[in-house]
Amino acid sequence: MSSHNESILREPLMTGKDITYAKITDDILLPVENKPNKAWWIGFTVAVLGALLWVVSVSYTFWTGIGAWGLNKTVGWAWDITDFVWWVGIGHAGTLISAVLLIFRQNWRNSINRSAEAMTIFAVICAATYVVAHMGRPWLAYWIFPLPNQFGSLWVNFNSPLVWDAFAISTYFTVSLVFWYCGLLPDIATIRDRATGLKQKIYSVLSFGWNGSVKTWQRFEIVSLILAGISTPLVLSVHTIVSMDFATSVIPGWHTTIFPPYFVAGAIFSGFAMVQTLLLILRKVMNFENYITMFHIESMNIIIMTTGSIVGVAYLTELFIAMYSRSEYEMYAFENRMLGPYAWAYWSMMTCNVISPQLFWFKKIRTSIPISWILSIVVNIGMWFERFVIIVTSLHRDYLPSSWAMFYPTWTDVGIFVGSIGLFFTLFLLFLRFLPGIAIAEVKLLLKSSSLQHKTKLAQEGAFPAEQVEYFQESLEKYDSVTEEEIKELSVRK
Amino acid sequence: MSNTKYILGSFADPDDMMHGIDKLQANNISIYDCFTPMPIHGIEAKLGVKPSRLPIAAFCFGALGTTLGFSLLYYTMVYDWPMNIGGKPSFAMPNFVPVTFEVTILLCALGMVATFFFRNHLFPGRAPRVMDLRATDDRFILAVDAKENADHALIDSLLKEAGAVEVKYNDRKYVSYE
Repeated sequence: MSSHNESILREPLMTGKDITYAKITDDILLPVENKPNKAWWIGFTVAVLGALLWVVSVSYTFWTGIGAWGLNKTVGWAWDITDFVWWVGIGHAGTLISAVLLIFRQNWRNSINRSAEAMTIFAVICAATYVVAHMGRPWLAYWIFPLPNQFGSLWVNFNSPLVWDAFAISTYFTVSLVFWYCGLLPDIATIRDRATGLKQKIYSVLSFGWNGSVKTWQRFEIVSLILAGISTPLVLSVHTIVSMDFATSVIPGWHTTIFPPYFVAGAIFSGFAMVQTLLLILRKVMNFENYITMFHIESMNIIIMTTGSIVGVAYLTELFIAMYSRSEYEMYAFENRMLGPYAWAYWSMMTCNVISPQLFWFKKIRTSIPISWILSIVVNIGMWFERFVIIVTSLHRDYLPSSWAMFYPTWTDVGIFVGSIGLFFTLFLLFLRFLPGIAIAEVKLLLKSSSLQHKTKLAQEGAFPAEQVEYFQESLEKYDSVTEEEIKELSVRK
Repeated sequence: MSNTKYILGSFADPDDMMHGIDKLQANNISIYDCFTPMPIHGIEAKLGVKPSRLPIAAFCFGALGTTLGFSLLYYTMVYDWPMNIGGKPSFAMPNFVPVTFEVTILLCALGMVATFFFRNHLFPGRAPRVMDLRATDDRFILAVDAKENADHALIDSLLKEAGAVEVKYNDRKYVSYE
């Protein structure tokens, strides 16, 4: 059935009064069917300027070679790989939300999966540019793939994690794109059937002729479920392989077996922080408060707190294992991280990633929108430092003290990084302008099961015991989109 | 005889539409199809739509991916140009796992989605076969073939009884294109 009476003990996933299927469509398509507002234009202008900076910096890198970066013969990997891992990690939350939460039947994903998946795709695009750029000769980037060549055929070395990475990232990008686009089809069809003229023609092509018949929906759901099922191990494998780029080397500080789970937890951590950063603005600017509710915000904060703790345990484990190994080099690598010239980066990472998410144990903090937003940015900064610490501090003091060096970024390094954030936001804002930021069809499923309106109706009909209704009323107090009258109305019997 | 090809019951609520399906079926009126803005769980069983065989396709494509991925690795690393990498064996099975896995996932996903698009005739630029433009927005459309089921008055009354907001008599099958 399309509706079932969900327990009133569960918090509502949709708030607001007089919500109908038509109103959901209208609300979500408002930014798509109308001219963008001032906030969008200001954001878009800033983002495009950032993207231009990215174009300039990347072009300069391609023109002069990677000597344009601050690398030296000791530190051969620095911001490029830091930024690459950072972006890939951010991308992981989208897949987690759309795939893992689907498998676990967490319906709250319905309101946030679309924009999180879009975020995944744009983040992976940003990440992929670093991979290509750091090769030095990007016009030979295809050499990473096993193509027959004029060297008779000399194949790539499949024992190398860097080759695995090329396969993992390209598979990840393709599967995420397919997953995202399949999910978009019904919503594009909705835009198509409401539009006229040229707009209708364009969305008609994009909708692939979707019509919403029984068989289409049946297959659509199967496809979503299986894609979710295969995306889950895929997303874990991607960051595992990224971590193996480091872990299979013999550099002290990289050569650790806990890297795969530690990197995956870090990826989820930073990804959810980025989703939080974007959604808190999105719900305000686009007036999506009724669809992306306090429950979503709190749930994501709890995930950030949990994964932040896992990351914290991983940091401590690393330190303990370095000490326990009694390996001189291993111990020095970690001592140098904590007390060496990059101690400021290490302790910034520790503060941002381990201490700040612990604040989410307080309900007041995790249900406060401004604090959640600030902390989500703090976590993103911390996760950038984590990759910087892992990469640069492990390299800059190698086995020969005579070759010890420091890494100083050039304007090109900074330009590519800041520019990639601009590129990301340009793509994201274009997405919000032309495609629905919330999965319309999936949110409609919540109307007759998990919405406040439906629960209020049932409560007023006396479907639940009074003490359960009271518990529900208390849980509603944190919602910024629910008025006191609406809470009181719950206990009115009709 | 009228020119009506399809009778559409337009419902505002999915539960009413399900009720409508029951009513029509109780009167031996066959239902052509339903068009809804969201998936309706349990509707396949009611309409006697068989379970999808897409999982089988997905498995076959996945298995094909495993085979191709592994064959590629074996051919390049062991058969065609074995390399001496630190004196280790060319056939290093554990190192073959990641790429084989990725190719499996890639082929499974692409193959399954391609099958889905093929079977449902979904492709870029296909003219949408839509019977009611609101079916992707806020209406749940129950379509009955008017030529097969002659008693139009009965269908009309049954649909309205079940809670249809509107009953339409369409002379054309699809309204979405000229």
